[in-house]
Amino acid sequence: MRKIVDTIIEKIIFLCGISSVIFVILIFSFLFIESFVFFKDFSIIKFITGRYWYPDSKLALFGIFSLLVGSFLVTLGACLIAVPISIMTALYISEVASKNVRDILKSLVELMVAIPSVVIGFIGMIVLVPCVKKLFNIPTGLTAFSGSVMLAFMAMPTIVTISEDAIRSVPWQYKEGALALGATKWQTMRWIVLKTARPGIIAATMLGIGRVIGETMTVIMITGNSSRIPHSIFEPVRTMTAVIATEIGETVNGSMHYKALFSIGLVLFLITFLINFVADLFLEKNKNK
Amino acid sequence: MIRLSPKLSQKFSYLILFLATTLAITPVIVIIFIIVKNGMSVINWEFLASMPKNGMRDGGVLPAIVGTFVIVTCTIILTLPTGLCAAIYLNEYARDNIFARVIKLGILNLAGVPSVVYGLFGFGIFVMFLKLGVSIIAGALTLSIMELPVIITTSRNALNSVPYSFREASWALGVSRWQTIRHIVLPNALPGIMTGAVLSIARISGETAPILFTAAAFYVPHLPHSIFDQVMTLPYHLYIISTQIPNMPNNIIFGTALILLVMVLAISFVAIFVRIYFRKHRKW
Repeated sequence: MRKIVDTIIEKIIFLCGISSVIFVILIFSFLFIESFVFFKDFSIIKFITGRYWYPDSKLALFGIFSLLVGSFLVTLGACLIAVPISIMTALYISEVASKNVRDILKSLVELMVAIPSVVIGFIGMIVLVPCVKKLFNIPTGLTAFSGSVMLAFMAMPTIVTISEDAIRSVPWQYKEGALALGATKWQTMRWIVLKTARPGIIAATMLGIGRVIGETMTVIMITGNSSRIPHSIFEPVRTMTAVIATEIGETVNGSMHYKALFSIGLVLFLITFLINFVADLFLEKNKNK
Repeated sequence: MIRLSPKLSQKFSYLILFLATTLAITPVIVIIFIIVKNGMSVINWEFLASMPKNGMRDGGVLPAIVGTFVIVTCTIILTLPTGLCAAIYLNEYARDNIFARVIKLGILNLAGVPSVVYGLFGFGIFVMFLKLGVSIIAGALTLSIMELPVIITTSRNALNSVPYSFREASWALGVSRWQTIRHIVLPNALPGIMTGAVLSIARISGETAPILFTAAAFYVPHLPHSIFDQVMTLPYHLYIISTQIPNMPNNIIFGTALILLVMVLAISFVAIFVRIYFRKHRKW
């Protein structure tokens, strides 16, 4: 009897074990099928390179180029802000701060993860957007730049935590070797620790990018949602995530517009898949030192 | 260019690193400060325990609090057992082969999918294909798939931290594999599993994008009756009142944000205390 129960339970455990793979395949095939039908009627090249997203007009146009530019611009801005600050913070936390200070700093950095993205978006709307408008003297503060700043805050915990792990996994022999040759602590950090931890830091950056590119609520609230191709970072933009979130409710099930949104979902899915996959390769490289 | 002496350049660099760290932790403190300062004034019993009135511009947020609570409960009931079993499989049964590698890749990929894509998928499969409609259950199913990789990863770390010798001692007494897991490994890994689950609860409570078109409603005049009802939730309510309603009094928005923030932070602190408490009372 006990044996039968054991076998049944083990079968259930196995099923749950492969559940994540099942869900990934399910999500992918669902997005893929809808997109496949869509690309039969609308050329995939026009979809990627088209400059106009006019899903409602009589001759509907589903070009996502402006949305790709929007997502790219916001992500790039967020990285330019978040990456240097995060790497320096990770260095300070793991190499300079004393143990007690380290724990406090780490919890403060991680506290940011707990704050819901709508709250961050709301604060961006109330505090940052008017500031940006005044500071740069532009007609609206709802710009790619505002989105970049808020998203940078959201990416920092990811980048700091993973970089810190990488920095801490640098073998102590490397550091002592450098110190014994007369290098200062800072020179050791700059030339030995950072270099050895590089794969981990690259992985951290990529995972940060993955988080930023998929962020939705903050972006809807503060980047202005204008699907014109922007000339600079101080203009309103629209991202792929924002289009999905704002338009899916208005579409008719099975219409071209509906399928087009699933195709954007597929593009996002493939981008984040690639980013995570490559980040994982770098993390493995870091481990196998 | 001036060349600094190595000592001076170290001092200078430390200063810059310190400033960067300050810059990294300032936003979270500023955000919490602004919300607490502006939101405190509207928080009272009536705000917590009454329905919104006058097109949300007045009254309280009770249905949003209840809605969040219901949807989070449903989600964790769905995702915790599945995730835990998956973690048990990976940590206790799976061998280190290509098959396990595929599963790990699946988890990794699932963790990276943007939340709005989960929303899209949930809308397509649960709301439309399975005809559950915009409902608590459709939202909870969507959220539970999203949270699965997080639960698996944290549970797996908890299981992995139980010393291998515990299992060997049990096997040596002739106890079967499952019995060992059930009576030796799980009880010892429980604190870690609980910490992970509580942190997941905090995360789910703040999510908006996945429930945007699977569960959330602009306004429901009553509390949810069944899992097939639409529901108001705190994060979605905050989104609505801060972007969609003209002439919305700011203090009510801040009050709503404060409640959401306090809820999420309080749950996170519970998790941290659980971790600290059990770390002190650990058997190894």
